[in-house]
Amino acid sequence: MPEPLLELKNISVKFHLRRGQLTAVDDLSLTVNRGEILGLVGESGAGKSITGLAIMGLLDHPGRLESGEVWLSGERIDQQPERVRGSAISMIFQDPLTSLNPLRTIGDQLVETILRHSSLTVAQAKERARESLHDVGIDPDRFDAYPHAFSGGMRQRVVIALALSTDPKLIIADEPTTALDVSVQAQILELLKTLCARRNAAVILITHDMGVIAETTDRVAVMYAGRLVEIGQTNEVLLAAEHPYTRGLMASTPVIDVAARDKPLHQIPGAMPKLDALPTGCAFHPRCEFAEHRCHLESPPQFNNRVACWRAEGEAL
Amino acid sequence: MLRRFLASDLFFDFVRSPVALVSFVVVALMILSAIFANFLAPTNPFDPASLNLMNGFTAPMEPNTFTGEVFFLGTDDQGRDLFSAILFGLRVSLFVGMMAVGLAMVLGVTLGLIAGYVGGWLDNFIMRFADIQMTFPSILIAMLIFGVAKGLLPASLRDEMAIAVLIVSIGLSEWVQFARTVRGSTLVEKEKEYVAAARLIGLNQWQIMARHILPNVLSPVLVIATITLALAIIAEATLSFLGVGAPRTEPSLGTLIRIGQDFLFSGEWWILLFPALTLLALALSVNLFGDWLRDTLNPRLK
Repeated sequence: MPEPLLELKNISVKFHLRRGQLTAVDDLSLTVNRGEILGLVGESGAGKSITGLAIMGLLDHPGRLESGEVWLSGERIDQQPERVRGSAISMIFQDPLTSLNPLRTIGDQLVETILRHSSLTVAQAKERARESLHDVGIDPDRFDAYPHAFSGGMRQRVVIALALSTDPKLIIADEPTTALDVSVQAQILELLKTLCARRNAAVILITHDMGVIAETTDRVAVMYAGRLVEIGQTNEVLLAAEHPYTRGLMASTPVIDVAARDKPLHQIPGAMPKLDALPTGCAFHPRCEFAEHRCHLESPPQFNNRVACWRAEGEAL
Repeated sequence: MLRRFLASDLFFDFVRSPVALVSFVVVALMILSAIFANFLAPTNPFDPASLNLMNGFTAPMEPNTFTGEVFFLGTDDQGRDLFSAILFGLRVSLFVGMMAVGLAMVLGVTLGLIAGYVGGWLDNFIMRFADIQMTFPSILIAMLIFGVAKGLLPASLRDEMAIAVLIVSIGLSEWVQFARTVRGSTLVEKEKEYVAAARLIGLNQWQIMARHILPNVLSPVLVIATITLALAIIAEATLSFLGVGAPRTEPSLGTLIRIGQDFLFSGEWWILLFPALTLLALALSVNLFGDWLRDTLNPRLK
């Protein structure tokens, strides 16, 4: 029986701008279980990264967690995110070129992080930092090297070491491999997977790459225009997607097939609506080939704990 | 540390740039002679007992008509050895210039960092204030501050505090450039993910500013400091030339030029020329060195 670690209960994130409010995340509820890897997919602007920042309490003005609750191991954390930030939850950013301070050695940055969140002495923290470098496959003798001396993939390893150095229960990885080339991507994902499995840490993997989702995650949540449209076990969702948007995403993923080279890639027609001009009803209906009259009028609730689409109503899985 | 510096690109470019080498040597020589003015100067120009009025207006390298003494750069109306006066004047000019730049730098960097990182109304307040100050020539601001400070100080302290007041007024008139540059770089740096990571591990905003952002915005500050040093030296000379700066008891290069100006048309050209040439060489060298530093440290110009 999976044990829930992080629970998001009806969270909404709004941006208060001079010309009005934008809802970046709309009434999102989901659960991350202990030790599992949850993929969070969607197009750019779907609210994936904002959800990550909202969990960490790192939203910048004018963004705000407007309503809803965030619970971590049975404790409500949205009011005091500082308590868990960086210790129980840590984060891996997209661009390893800017996520390390260029003027400080990697060892120094690791030690700073470890000292912040533990009562170790400096010598113990150094020892621990060297261990964590070793864990991610970096020679601990490079403790005193500066970030510019590392390649992108190596830097992302350092970032993973940083994220894991405080023994977090949850890691939010915001497109950790987007800036890396494919072979390095696979290494980094594999590394993240093994290290987290060993420590029983859960991961929220934010990405727009369906291939990464298929390779890495246990469960997957699909977001569209700030709403959760589908969630489920990765193999179920990928093999039998219920929501037309998920199917569109799957069909748009390029397949390596020389014979099919001349065939155009599938596209979902149109673009994601702007947040200040959301359509009525289901946000996806203008691009949906199955849209019915009802889709224009009412936003669908989640059916079967899986999909938010009127077509699934009354259907049993 | 020294080995690393000798192997750096900066040093490589330095030894291959004649402008940088010459200007650095000139500046270094002037700084050294200002520091060791006591030992280098043949006479102490501020000791009235050692002055001989009979030596007044001695031309350079010519024996005085009455005493037969020879002075390298001649003497002024009081019989003061000009070479010694220039060495001591250099000391005042450089001291005031450097302290003023130091003040402007600390003030400008702090305010720029806060404006850039905190943002919001504080940013608006600081930067609009800077903009307003930019619309006045900085020499005018310095004169204003100088005048107000002199008026507020008790009369007995005026001469003693003159140098300090001079430093504050020039420093306050030059901070804007630092603040603008640092604010700009801070806006770029604070968007980088290492800053988000620093927030993540729970550092507060002052720790992030001081330990993560400040070191990353300092390299343009070094360049501006050098160029501002030239400006500050000229500002000090201008104020002293106008008679509101360094007091007569502690003449700077500007004061010497003012004294010399009185005798220019009566034929004693050296009293004006040598302090002016010294000021020119100093300001020009500091400026050229600053320009070279800016070009070398700017990756876009490479």
